[in-house]
Amino acid sequence: MWEYTDKVRDHFMNPRNVGEIPDADGVGEVGSLACGDALKLFFKLGPDQRIADAKFKTFGCASAIASSSALTEMIKGLTLEEAARISNEDIADFLGGLPKEKMHCSVMGREALEAAIANYRGAPIPMVQGEVVCECFGVTDLEIRRAIKESKLKTVEEITNFTKAGGGCGRCVERLEEILREERHEVQEIIPDQRKRGLTNIQKIKLIEELFDREIRPALRKDGGDIELIDLDGNFVTVALRGACGTCKKSQTTLKEYVEKKLREQVLDSLIVEEAR
Amino acid sequence: MTSARQDQRPVIYMDNNATTRVAPEVLEAMLPYFSDLYGNPSSMHSFGGQVGRQVVAARRQVADLIGAQPEELIFTSCGTESDSTAILAALQANSEKRHIVTTRVEHPAVKNLCEHLDRLTGHKHRVTQLPVDREGMLDLEQYEAALADDTAVVSVMWANNETGVIFPVEEMARIAKSRGILFHTDAVQAVGKIPINLADSVIDFLSISGHKLHAPKGIGVLYVRKGAPFAPLIIGGHQEKGRRGGTENVAAIVGLGRACELAADRMEEENGRVRALRDKLERGLLAQIPSSLLNGHPQKRLPNTTNISFEYVEGEAILLHLDQYGICASSGSACTSGSLEPSHVMRAMGVPFTAAHGSVRLSLSVYNTEAEVDFVVEKLPGIIAKLREMSPFWQSSHQGAVGGASCPCSCS
Repeated sequence: MWEYTDKVRDHFMNPRNVGEIPDADGVGEVGSLACGDALKLFFKLGPDQRIADAKFKTFGCASAIASSSALTEMIKGLTLEEAARISNEDIADFLGGLPKEKMHCSVMGREALEAAIANYRGAPIPMVQGEVVCECFGVTDLEIRRAIKESKLKTVEEITNFTKAGGGCGRCVERLEEILREERHEVQEIIPDQRKRGLTNIQKIKLIEELFDREIRPALRKDGGDIELIDLDGNFVTVALRGACGTCKKSQTTLKEYVEKKLREQVLDSLIVEEAR
Repeated sequence: MTSARQDQRPVIYMDNNATTRVAPEVLEAMLPYFSDLYGNPSSMHSFGGQVGRQVVAARRQVADLIGAQPEELIFTSCGTESDSTAILAALQANSEKRHIVTTRVEHPAVKNLCEHLDRLTGHKHRVTQLPVDREGMLDLEQYEAALADDTAVVSVMWANNETGVIFPVEEMARIAKSRGILFHTDAVQAVGKIPINLADSVIDFLSISGHKLHAPKGIGVLYVRKGAPFAPLIIGGHQEKGRRGGTENVAAIVGLGRACELAADRMEEENGRVRALRDKLERGLLAQIPSSLLNGHPQKRLPNTTNISFEYVEGEAILLHLDQYGICASSGSACTSGSLEPSHVMRAMGVPFTAAHGSVRLSLSVYNTEAEVDFVVEKLPGIIAKLREMSPFWQSSHQGAVGGASCPCSCS
């Protein structure tokens, strides 16, 4: 069961401003039945050019309904410029937070607002212009890039939580990773994979010993430790930790996080390091 | 939800395919094994030996419910363990065969296992997932055609957890047998709800879960037909004749034995009174709520389960409203599962996308009353009406989805 805040529960059980405004100045629609949630937002401007009334109709789960209700409460009394600055995080904050898997509900609210403002201004809906990255849920790269920037997203899973992209068939996951790297300005260095495949045991032993001498022993010796290759059986590399390493509580970490990692990087990526007993 | 709020209102529990109440008789039978009778059934002293005798008695009680021999039963920790043990044992017995036949609507305990077998066996296996029709039924001709020379095992559930649809597993097992293929069935939803007599069938492996039939969580059974090949999943001591290591969960085993005895006694009530309650509930909801449709075959179904889709509303919202009345149900909607797509069962059945997100499963037990059914039939129509009033698709329901064109969703 989801852990919803009392405010989410309140806005779900007693949603504010449900309905339509027949002579609305702006109407925004996002989502679809097939996608599992959809929101239609209406607003009417007053003589002072501030939002005098806002109403919504939503198909979706509790957080989608609560986000819609919250949004209509938040935008009343604002100018369109002020309303346009409301982010999905603001909607989530207004509700005292949303479960991370439900953040896309707040994003939907924000996008409906944008669409309604665009509708009023007779402008195209900005986010729809981009390249459709996730075909399952019709999410464009512009939506994804903005979510990454504004909500400081670090993983594909977070992108899915916020935009739903990648939550269907999963075919766009690689593209999402690419966008994530671009937005986070992490240009991936292309390092050619020089690891060898199909090594004989003798070749493996030789390469492992060379690596021990070149990198691993010097590093361990700095802390008063040492390492010895005991045996090799297929992918299983049996080693003994000597000196300070032999009594160190963190030796297992050293073995897996350092020795095995190095061996996999530089010898063969299927190697498994075990300590001799 | 605060616990205080929960305490103030009665719970109307209609989620018995998820788990069941431990029967008071079962709890009573179990209690001595948490206090005075703590001996190890394997011990050589009579203090432990008396406990061992109760394990023997419980094994007999379980065997009697399903028409098996006691020595054909292995106590496990849960239905999932039973499923994994059976399928991996069948594969080990036929290590040269690399094909499995199962269905698109299996429980994750079988579905996900089959999809990740290479991690456990070191081999890639071909997995044929048989499709189901709009009513959730299998096509037996398609099944026969799917069996191949290198098929090691067939694993097909006896009854579906979401819809209650019953598959003809006994006939399917005979077909598999005639081709020399082992047959496993995940029967966790069927055992205790419908009569099962394994003496008359050729099923090789059958999984049972205690908490689905009023025994506690943490106990399961794997039936292994005498003569069927077997390899243990959990290796340790000599318990269960070396077929499942680990000291017996005595209290739970005793409880399961008692629960099976009760289930046999209540089989008529389950298929009589409970079925009548389910039918009344179902008829009431379908009659009172427009644009609602039954998911699953209307007849070939467990007596306790109904799964109804309410078009243009979303399942999680329905469940949370029901929760306000203390009514416990479940849904195949995306939002309840934490995924973004409706359940694999709804998708496999081709439930239209207008309805897939709004499915609600109500599963009864002998503890439900007519007053509870009446209460749900009274409350649910108002909840659906309220949510539909809020839904942008309801009034314009036949003009298609708003913004649908821009969202080529695959979940339809």
